[in-house]
Amino acid sequence: MAQANITSDMVGQSFPHPDEWKWYHYFTFNIDHKVIGIQYLVTAFFFYLVGGVMALVMRSELATPSADLVDPNFYNAMLTNHGTIMIFFWIVPAAIGGFGNYLVPLMIGARDMAFPKLNALAFWITVPAGLMIIGSLFFGGAQAGWTSYPPLSRITANTAQSMWILAIILVGTSSIMGAVNFLVTIWKMRVPSLKWDQLPLFCWAMVATSILALFSTPVLAAGLTLLLFDINFGTSFFDPDKGGDVVMYQHLFWFYSHPAVYLMILPIFGIMSEVIPVHARKPIFGYKAIAYSSLAICLVGLFVWVHHMFTSGTPPWMRMFFTVSTLIVSVPTGVKIFSWVATLWGGKIRLNSAMLFAIGLLAMFVLGGLSGVTLGTAPVDIHVHDTYYVVAHFHYVLFGGSVFGLYAGLYHWFPKMTGRMMNEPLGKLHFVMTFIGTNLTFLPMHELGLKGMPRRVAMYDPQFQYINIICTIGAFLLGLSVLPFIINAVWSWRNGPKASGNPWNAKTLEWTTASPPIIENWNVLPVVTEGPYEYGHDPAEVSSS
Amino acid sequence: MQGAIDSTPDTIAVEEFQPSEHHDFRVLGLITFLCSEFLMFAGFFVLFLVFRAEAAAWPPEETEVELLLPAINTVILVASSFVIHLGDTAVKQGDVKGLRKWYILTVAMGATFLVGQVYEYLTLGYGLTTNLFSNCFYLLTGFHGLHVFIGLLLMLGVLWRSRREGHYGTEHHTGVEMAEIYWHFVDVVWIILFSLIYLLTLI
Repeated sequence: MAQANITSDMVGQSFPHPDEWKWYHYFTFNIDHKVIGIQYLVTAFFFYLVGGVMALVMRSELATPSADLVDPNFYNAMLTNHGTIMIFFWIVPAAIGGFGNYLVPLMIGARDMAFPKLNALAFWITVPAGLMIIGSLFFGGAQAGWTSYPPLSRITANTAQSMWILAIILVGTSSIMGAVNFLVTIWKMRVPSLKWDQLPLFCWAMVATSILALFSTPVLAAGLTLLLFDINFGTSFFDPDKGGDVVMYQHLFWFYSHPAVYLMILPIFGIMSEVIPVHARKPIFGYKAIAYSSLAICLVGLFVWVHHMFTSGTPPWMRMFFTVSTLIVSVPTGVKIFSWVATLWGGKIRLNSAMLFAIGLLAMFVLGGLSGVTLGTAPVDIHVHDTYYVVAHFHYVLFGGSVFGLYAGLYHWFPKMTGRMMNEPLGKLHFVMTFIGTNLTFLPMHELGLKGMPRRVAMYDPQFQYINIICTIGAFLLGLSVLPFIINAVWSWRNGPKASGNPWNAKTLEWTTASPPIIENWNVLPVVTEGPYEYGHDPAEVSSS
Repeated sequence: MQGAIDSTPDTIAVEEFQPSEHHDFRVLGLITFLCSEFLMFAGFFVLFLVFRAEAAAWPPEETEVELLLPAINTVILVASSFVIHLGDTAVKQGDVKGLRKWYILTVAMGATFLVGQVYEYLTLGYGLTTNLFSNCFYLLTGFHGLHVFIGLLLMLGVLWRSRREGHYGTEHHTGVEMAEIYWHFVDVVWIILFSLIYLLTLI
């Protein structure tokens, strides 16, 4: 791309900086959104490994019916912190903090986020939060599950539970700061030639995500604050003996934590909507449908939370209402799925690692979505509540969905972030291992759950052992599958072939600058002349088909 | 969306992002944040109402609330919302002295509110852990009091900065405006809180 010779003063440069960032800049309070994005991604990936080790401890314990490998209390700490870390320290920070921060300004033609210092602060308060979660393990670890329902959370491992609460409140604060930043950035910082109906779908997804985070996170903070007071200061908000109400905690918790599911999947949907058209070489099918369905999910998603509480003495009218709203929320999700399939249809598909993970996500997420529809229906849910059927469902959605999407995004934008191409054979090996591992681990869990094996217990009835061994083997395959990825990422970052500014021949704005982008992204801001997904019009490309 | 670069439209794109314009985003950011903060209060309010509906007597007998002092406090706090607006109006006309005068008065009123609140705590005769009502009472008023305190710090920050000649003026007063918006927020939350905790006991 041609660049006019304009000095930085003329483009409103906002802070002094060197010509390029050195490695040690990534360990400082840096306000460049690209540095912050990578800080989030690397930190989150570290926590992914920590949470993964915890999962392997659990699966090893579950290889036999009796509690013989680890102490059951330690098992409870593992399951609690596995869930907490994977949600609050891996998927949310990687998807929103990592990809959101890195991509949003680049996609809208901005030099940075609206509030760069707030952005850096949001990253850096997740660091003490992470330390507190890891530190809590030395006090026995929180053991009440990631949901931390009282009365269990009021009476077990008080110190660790309090540290857990503080860590989650810190992460929540960071998430709210991020949401404010994304909303103002996307609203106000778009390059003037970029109209709303040309906004990349990832940005639409970030708008929906941010609205959700903005409105639901404070309610969780309220619930957790009260729990903290109950544990440490002798109040009785959630103590039924003194007039408190345990179910109210569940309402406050799920008012956040159901939307949290969308916090973890909407940015991933955004990634899908970017990766699929680029590698299928076709315009996205149903741009407006995908954009507005994100907003629909965001809106309806705020009113489905009680489907987690069908067995908590919920009155029948509530069960009816929330069953219906849950089934409704699956409609906009279906709209997206069909749009992606229609985008793939007849496309010139490049089956590279990013695309493989995207297609893998489609397959896995449909399975997870279908089991979600069954769970959203009160009669079925009451039957399988707190069994492995639930575990199978949300791992298909969160692992088969979110984690596959994160991998797709990593393979897709790695060249942009590092200026190097990743190794394709290793990437494909990674995909095959992950895909087989995921299904080997989580598919049998549906059967375990339907047969009645309860989740969150270190021991189980011996009749379930055969299926559990299959799950454990799958889990170790999943554990191993991370190795080709790490080797690939580290090796490619240093030695991979140099990437051009636009190695995928993509049309969104982040590909109009160098790889990796210069600080402040462009010397001269790009001008938008066509929609973000106008593929297949290039005569050279069409004639070669 | 390939960046078609020719030299004329670029300069248009560039002009849009001058730092001076960028500052206005802070007000927008604060309002967005306050929407979020309000939801935290809303969580507490809903919980309070549910407890009230479930309880046999609310508030229970030994934990009645006082009404006179909080009512006076309410008048002071609501009035301070008008006073702070006078400061904002002053600075928009370039009158930094007026800004200082009205903001000092607002700080004094806010501080009076806090002192009254603490006095109420000391004379009530029950504490945080007495019963579920007192749990809610101290948590809600305390959490709001924390916000009042932060509001005071913001205004003191504005006053500190206003000592420098030309820091605030007809064009530059984003900080003043933000402190004012935050103070209105604290005020609105108090009106809801006062209605729920104090006025509802009259019914």
